[in-house]
Amino acid sequence: MPYSEDWIERYSRHIILSEVGGGGQQKIGNAKVLVLGAGGLGSPVALYLAAAGVGTLGIVDNDVVDLSNLQRQVLHATPDIGRSKVESAAEKLQAINPDLTIKPYKELVTSANIMDIFKDYDIVVDGTDNFPTRFLVNDACVMAGKPLVHGAILRFDGQAFTIIPYEGPCYRCIFREPPPPGAVPNCSQAGILGAVAGIIGTIQATEVLKLILGKGKLLTGRLLILDALDMSFRETRIRKDPNCPICGQNPTITELTDYEWVC
Amino acid sequence: MSKFKVDDSLDLRGVLCPINFVKTKLKLEEMEPGDHLEVLLDEGDPIANVPRSVKEEGHMILKVDREGEHAYRIIIKKS
Ligand SMILES: [Zn+2]
Repeated sequence: MPYSEDWIERYSRHIILSEVGGGGQQKIGNAKVLVLGAGGLGSPVALYLAAAGVGTLGIVDNDVVDLSNLQRQVLHATPDIGRSKVESAAEKLQAINPDLTIKPYKELVTSANIMDIFKDYDIVVDGTDNFPTRFLVNDACVMAGKPLVHGAILRFDGQAFTIIPYEGPCYRCIFREPPPPGAVPNCSQAGILGAVAGIIGTIQATEVLKLILGKGKLLTGRLLILDALDMSFRETRIRKDPNCPICGQNPTITELTDYEWVC
Repeated sequence: MSKFKVDDSLDLRGVLCPINFVKTKLKLEEMEPGDHLEVLLDEGDPIANVPRSVKEEGHMILKVDREGEHAYRIIIKKS
């Protein structure tokens, strides 16, 4: 058998699944996934993808761990306060699964570096917490033709959907422009129930694994919306907009721009 | 002895559930449709669970024989 005993045992609960098997687990091992943000969403996303055996995991974050992060950013612990988030993340992820290649990027994604970071990855996961980055990430994924798994959280609410450029709607098909600075509260101003980040992040991780396996029905063309106070999910049909400024028939956005930061 | 042709075989005596099924499944993935895999399994949980899981994956159990006092020999036809 070409598989090691450790590999068989570690991934046995995956291999048993008829949608995964040995072949599917190898696909997971060969996948290269980039997680943007090592915070509330990025933590569960990266933890589950590392445990699942995603062979190459890139983590981008420019922040350092702050005491106020620990209520929801489960990758980091009290002794990590003051450390760079990507360094703290890489250590935890590598400990879960020493076989993986974890690539930390301690930087902000900008129009200048984003394409260069994206080029080594098959799938991008957005775990960022602000509109300027979200639009930049969407535009870069559309331009590079990379699948993007979007997630966002605020208070007790969350949403997620998956973008397959040109096949389904992108973020801009639905939310045309970033809101003006200061118009929308970010999570530092509005608060967030930590566990809500876990729900949305694990949905994102599940979408990534389905993308890798080519199984099931993705959240493409439907926006999944969580109301955790009510503990209910609803789904809104979303359509590709032929007039979308980035993925439409006559795109007006032909190069990447950095939007003004709210916070 | 089995009168079926056997293309490959696994001795999974002493291997616990569910790793015995996982190893059977991985071996079947490498084989061609219609191939026969012979598997030796312990009595108790292994012989109760593995053939059922193999059938759930769509394969056929052609034969189940006793193998010594505490084990079984099964022949699986890959679907
Ligand atoms: Zn679009």
